[in-house]
Amino acid sequence: MNAFLSQVMAGLATGGIYASLALALVMIYRSTHHVNFAQGEMAMFSTFIASLLVQAGWPYWAAFFATVAIAFVMGAAIEVSLIRRLRHAPVLAIVVVFVALLVILHSLAGWLFGYAIRSFPSPFGEAKVAGGLLSPHQLGAIGITLVMLALVYLFFRYSPLGLQMRATAENPVSSQLVGVRVSRMLALGWGLAGAIGAVAGMMIAPVVFLDVHMMSGVLLYAFAAAVLGGVSSAPGAVAGGFIVGVLENLLGTYVVGAELKLSVALVLIIIVLVARPTGLFGKATVVRV
Amino acid sequence: MSGAGDMLLDVRSLEAGYGATRVLFGIDLQVPAGSVTALLGANGAGKTSTLRALCGLIRRQGRITLAGERIDGLATEEIVRRGVAHVPDGRGTFTGLTTEENLRMGACTRRDKAGVRADFERFYEYFPRLHERRHQQAGTLSGGEQQMLAIARALMLRPRLLLMDEPSFGLAPKVVQDIFRIMQRVRSEQQVAILLVEQNASLALDLADHAYLLETGRIVLAGPAAAVRKDEAVRNAYLGGHPA
Amino acid sequence: MRGRLSSVTLAGLLAAACVLPFVLPGYMVFQLTMVMSYALALLGLNLLTGFNGQISLGHGAFFALGAYVAAMLMELAGWPYWATLPVAALLGGLLGFLFGLPALKLDGVYLALATFALGVATPQLLKYKGLEAWTGGSQGLVLVKPEAPWGLPLDGDQWLYFFSLAVLLVLFAIARNLLRGAAGLKLLAVRDHPIAAQAMGVDNARVKTITFGISAAYTSVGGALSAVVVQFVAPDSFSVFLSISLLVGAVVGGLSSLSGALYGAFFIQFVPQFAEQVSKAAPWAVYGAILLALMLVWPTGAAGGVARLTAWLTTWATPRNTTRSKP
Repeated sequence: MNAFLSQVMAGLATGGIYASLALALVMIYRSTHHVNFAQGEMAMFSTFIASLLVQAGWPYWAAFFATVAIAFVMGAAIEVSLIRRLRHAPVLAIVVVFVALLVILHSLAGWLFGYAIRSFPSPFGEAKVAGGLLSPHQLGAIGITLVMLALVYLFFRYSPLGLQMRATAENPVSSQLVGVRVSRMLALGWGLAGAIGAVAGMMIAPVVFLDVHMMSGVLLYAFAAAVLGGVSSAPGAVAGGFIVGVLENLLGTYVVGAELKLSVALVLIIIVLVARPTGLFGKATVVRV
Repeated sequence: MSGAGDMLLDVRSLEAGYGATRVLFGIDLQVPAGSVTALLGANGAGKTSTLRALCGLIRRQGRITLAGERIDGLATEEIVRRGVAHVPDGRGTFTGLTTEENLRMGACTRRDKAGVRADFERFYEYFPRLHERRHQQAGTLSGGEQQMLAIARALMLRPRLLLMDEPSFGLAPKVVQDIFRIMQRVRSEQQVAILLVEQNASLALDLADHAYLLETGRIVLAGPAAAVRKDEAVRNAYLGGHPA
Repeated sequence: MRGRLSSVTLAGLLAAACVLPFVLPGYMVFQLTMVMSYALALLGLNLLTGFNGQISLGHGAFFALGAYVAAMLMELAGWPYWATLPVAALLGGLLGFLFGLPALKLDGVYLALATFALGVATPQLLKYKGLEAWTGGSQGLVLVKPEAPWGLPLDGDQWLYFFSLAVLLVLFAIARNLLRGAAGLKLLAVRDHPIAAQAMGVDNARVKTITFGISAAYTSVGGALSAVVVQFVAPDSFSVFLSISLLVGAVVGGLSSLSGALYGAFFIQFVPQFAEQVSKAAPWAVYGAILLALMLVWPTGAAGGVARLTAWLTTWATPRNTTRSKP
């Protein structure tokens, strides 16, 4: 029983990480209706920047917040320089551009930072907590994920800017017709997603070690999480993340073996998209014909 | 028409089109402040395109002046922020947001909180059905309710000029009457000029002070509404040939 | 279909193609043969994505399937290389059809997502310890290069070139006939106006799943051919980057045209090498940048690029009159 419980807890811990990257995916989806295939690489790139700052002697939290700010600017810059021009392009061209972005960031990171694996510090110390089932970092990572979730949820639900972003994603023309500066909304959405992704990366790196391939698998689980929870629902994505984390761990340990874990994500994505495309918590928009 | 000096909207030689197709061939049009101007014409005449061109939603050339300021080179949202509200064909409501959120979006560029609150009250009074459904998802509203929502949202901008595209489209006659009655109220209580595009010429001419007739991208008739209503050609083509 | 060439041009190109293996060095002949296997793969992808509107970021999986089928039959069962192609087509078609069933419920980006997952999971599936005896696990399988039959005076590279050329021509012809006929119209109808198509009696579901199957079959044959040519299969050659390359090739070449498959295959084979020459350290970054530039300038791919240019030149309003936006 104890082994099972510790598997579940470990699953929750990794789930928290999937949840935070899923949150970034949802942010972009909610503000632009795009699925950002390059989200993982953006997060990885930001984490490398944090690593550089830490190595240069910056205290952890200074590096943390500086990285978040830089990631915000990077995300917004990508939207302004690239994504914006695709407003009227066919879906395929958009997908290809995202994929190109993935490839560019991956390769740039390798070139700038090298392919060696490096360690990344955790701010949460080494003390034993939660009856020894979770490390302080795991607990801290889950906590930060939940805080980000709360902020995102409140932002979209209650703030005027969040409302404008939701409206812009749904109907950019109508948003223009009420005076919304649509370009700013899009840049903002991407900036926020970049920032969230950076936090996710900095939470993962201490666990799996920082290298260029850090996010490839994680991205898939994050997709599975976002899809499971409902691609337009922030709480859904987070719940999805935890579920995927636990499922991945349990199935990986007891059913299919560690090597096929990614296939679990694959099958999950397909099943959810086919059986319940809006996910567990997503809202289907009813349109009266 | 009166001199260009007291015109809220002054349009000269407006040309517009989609891709390689031109649909407007040099339109001259004026809307005096606080008045209602009707833009009539058959399907495909270019009425909707005119409104879209005014808002910058399609490619255009020409001289468009709003209260003396040139707006023909500006982006849509900048034109809107100068006091032009457009109720598009198809309503353009945010179907995924609630009724109240739609109205809040209308007010999103305004800074006067008290004024916005007052406007909410006023428009819920104009449109009681919207008040009933204020927390309901806008996509579930009926066609008539969505049209009212679209109008209310546009009015929340406190515009100087309201562009309306075929408000009667696809609605039952009783609902259309309700809407036009409300527009009479808007016209008398608010200081907003209205440029009304309508296929239902009779209703439009009842409301309007001035009217233009558009045929395949060109203005063919212009004048006070009463005169346009009496015009022989208009009577036969658009008013069923009955005397006014 | 855009890019339709006159018969004279085609004959000329064919003649040129037949001469090349005798004037070019061996490794270039090898590369051209690889182009042909990619062209087959892209043909499959074009059918699915261009003509039928279903996006796939996972076609590397079918390519891998074909490659491994060919490798396993040759290595473990001693089959001749040419016999593996039909088997690859059949298995690919079956798997594609099966994948097409759940794919029916997915649209646009969601299908891209699901297929992306397939593409990412492929290497892991290939490395699965349970199948190691057959797949060779992480090490993969090594194959023997076939020789020219009947004592023809061709070396291995040249023979494979002509063999591939023949396969390519046959399969291209089949695809062209398919698209020109009623089936082709159904494909396009389902892509552009699914509701109208259904109202006209087209069984959308059947069209879509069968298209998936045919598409996977073509890509599978391309994969089988590539295995024979490269003489080696290993899981890491079939990562998600392969699926990405295939989609890129299809889009860059021009989706709704058969000739697009050929342009795209050239792109996939040669541009990464070019990128490597530009920057040894970050070739993929250069590759990605070229891709981005192409997409921003030509969102409809090479075959559509000319059409767009013409349209831009004939738009009645000059660019000076487009709206200015405040940032």
